[in-house]
Amino acid sequence: MAEDIKVIVFKLGSEEYGIEVEKVQTIERMMPITRVPKTYSFIKGVINLRGVVIPVIDLRGRFGIEEGEHTDQTRVIIVSVNDMEVGFIVDSANDVIDLNRDSIDTPPDVVGGIKAKYLDGVAKIGEERLLIMLNLSEVLNKGEIVHLESLEG
Amino acid sequence: MDMNQYLSMFIDESNDHLQSLNESMMGLEANPDDLSIVQVIFRSAHTLKGMAATMGFEDLASLTHQMENVLDLVRNNKLRMQDFIFDTLFKSIDALESMVEDIMGGGDGKADVSAIVTSLQAIVRGEIPNAGGTVAEVSKPVAKASDAPVFLDEFQFSVLEQSMQEGHNVIYVEVTIRKDCQLKAVRAYMVFDLLERSGEVIKSFPSVQDIEQEKFDQSFSLYYITQKGASEIQAMILNLSEIEKVTSVGLDQESLRQLGQDSVAATAEVLTTAPVISSVSDSSAGSSNMSAAREEGGKAAPAKTGGAPSRTIRVDIERLDVLMNLFSELLIDRVRLEQLASEVQNGDLTETVEHMSRVSGDLQNIVMKLRMVPVDTVFNRFPRMVRDLAKSLDKKIDLVVTGAETELDRTVIDEIGDPLVHLLRNAVDHGIESVSDRIAAGKPEMGTINLRAFHSGNHVFIEIEEDGAGIDSQKVLKSAVKKGVITQEQAATMNDEEAHQMLFAAGFSTAEVISDVSGRGVGLDVVKSKISSLGGNVTIYSTLGKGTNFSVQLPLTLSIIAAMLIRLGSEKYAIPLSSIVETGIVKKAQIRTIHGNKMLEFRNKNIPLLSLSRIFSVPDYDESDEEETEIVVVRKGERLVAMAVQDFIGQNEIVIKNLGKYLPDIQGISGATILGDGQVALIIDPNAFIK
Repeated sequence: MAEDIKVIVFKLGSEEYGIEVEKVQTIERMMPITRVPKTYSFIKGVINLRGVVIPVIDLRGRFGIEEGEHTDQTRVIIVSVNDMEVGFIVDSANDVIDLNRDSIDTPPDVVGGIKAKYLDGVAKIGEERLLIMLNLSEVLNKGEIVHLESLEG
Repeated sequence: MDMNQYLSMFIDESNDHLQSLNESMMGLEANPDDLSIVQVIFRSAHTLKGMAATMGFEDLASLTHQMENVLDLVRNNKLRMQDFIFDTLFKSIDALESMVEDIMGGGDGKADVSAIVTSLQAIVRGEIPNAGGTVAEVSKPVAKASDAPVFLDEFQFSVLEQSMQEGHNVIYVEVTIRKDCQLKAVRAYMVFDLLERSGEVIKSFPSVQDIEQEKFDQSFSLYYITQKGASEIQAMILNLSEIEKVTSVGLDQESLRQLGQDSVAATAEVLTTAPVISSVSDSSAGSSNMSAAREEGGKAAPAKTGGAPSRTIRVDIERLDVLMNLFSELLIDRVRLEQLASEVQNGDLTETVEHMSRVSGDLQNIVMKLRMVPVDTVFNRFPRMVRDLAKSLDKKIDLVVTGAETELDRTVIDEIGDPLVHLLRNAVDHGIESVSDRIAAGKPEMGTINLRAFHSGNHVFIEIEEDGAGIDSQKVLKSAVKKGVITQEQAATMNDEEAHQMLFAAGFSTAEVISDVSGRGVGLDVVKSKISSLGGNVTIYSTLGKGTNFSVQLPLTLSIIAAMLIRLGSEKYAIPLSSIVETGIVKKAQIRTIHGNKMLEFRNKNIPLLSLSRIFSVPDYDESDEEETEIVVVRKGERLVAMAVQDFIGQNEIVIKNLGKYLPDIQGISGATILGDGQVALIIDPNAFIK
């Protein structure tokens, strides 16, 4: 039996996503964002998180999903990967679950419009729910961004 | 006896003394006849010797002792300084430095110095390796006299007699140190130090060397020339702690003569015939006092052996970083408090906040100063380095250092040394021509390297400028093509300036002959990348035949700066005050368009007007709709640029925060700061807009 991991669950649209809890620093309500000019459109700007300036990106924008209005449920998940601290704007984040590594399957090529390389796998919880595990290093990979940008431009 | 507590002090002070030795030697080389410099060198060497002997570093002590012998001859006019003596002494200093470094690294400071010692001894004996100059003969055995037992030799006797005739007091002093004293040598040294301040010790028993190595029991005696009286001297010595007994006897002509005749019995006789003043320090009275004083004295003793008594402690740089971070937090709160106080309009609150602002202002100055170090700490080793290099290459070079007091952040200082050494070596090796080439080119024999440091805007510039051959851009290009750095076609389109920058390309070296000094292939590209990693920049300005200037631009990396806050629509930005020349308002009619660029007449000059709102694509502001526009004029070096803004918010102290690793470099933005209301404002880097 593989080990159990704790996973933060958040929502983008109707899909549910998971990030390992060790990589998440805090989850914050939406706060004022200072726009940073001359950068990618999905980088919404920077916030002041208790004295530290942290860039925030809209995960919808990052995955090429249409960006929506921010609501009461909108959260900023601050993650820390490879010494980088970044905030993700997500539609909502309201669950922490235990997950067995065995229950994570290799993802199909495209899940909910997101390329497989951004994913660690898909976990089935219960009968109905599917949880998409994010590969944070790939999501935050800058080389990938440049590539993405050149496709757009 | 635990010496560890003294070790760090020893290392600090040894380094100080070595630095001062180096500096004084350079000074002496420029002025070989200035005996006052020899005195300074002698004192440094002497102190170093004393400290080393006390700490048990015998190789260090013996080498300094040999140096001292040479210097002693020099200061007594028995030996004239010559090139080979300088070289030997410099070599000795190098050896000392490496020993101290070894000790610093936890080693025992042992090194084989026999070669240097032999050549030093040869100098003392008056042997000249290449019979060029003349060495005045050693007429009287001054240096060796110390080996003799208690009696005075003829020379010392005549010195005593002469000084007596000149109206000085000759005093015989016997000092007994307390039995429980831990560091007898240090205590003895303090006595010598004290005495040498107001006179001269002619002779001591045991010899100074033995005393310094603690080769004496409890007491030592000496002959001393001074203007002070015997009782005064006695009182002075008794003031030192851990001294048990002092006997001082004033000698007159007659007793001195007796002494000369019967020197072995002299001491005993003098003691009975001359007026004896003797006292024992009252150890029973306030013994607690004494022990306290002793403790203090024990700690102070090694410190006293140092040159300038600067009281310092060493602090881990990380702690300073933490202090800095905490302070930045405090500063943000302060700004927030100020805002609240101005809203609440409560007199008491305002007063308290104002007071807090003043205090934190002072605190800020101190915190910032803690991290700032004058570039001199890097520069001070360069004169010596250039001298040695020039000598080994047979060139004549004058290094002129200016602005050594310019201060830079400690972290930058630590990193900038190596790149500068590289650039200087380059200047000496490739820059300045050989003497014959210089004469052929109609230049003075002596080449000049200017090493300059100065502030400009929020940067510090360090320039290394020499009047050497300059850079032949054709040669550079040819070499670059040959090495495959660029293609023939690219080379053809490059102008001189671009060609010069090729020197920074990786794996590029123009040295035709690979010399010992530089040109090993790991060249300027390393310098460039190092400086870039510090957030700086390096540029070459060169004129063929006239010389080359390497200009290194470094950020101050102050994490707190004064800035002007401005508004562009709903967004706020900060512009570092250090680069702002002026703020003002211009009417639309004053703005002209030249070649599609907006220009502005400012103080009789045409300067470009930039639209910040367009550069940053600000969504809700555009100055072109306005009849009158606020402008900020910023400067980089000589060049000026005006930037259009919507509003001035005011001047503020801001804490620089970086934007995090995730964001790519954004042209025109150097960082961010947190405003009093908790919002983030971006800091504009005006330098990016001035090309």
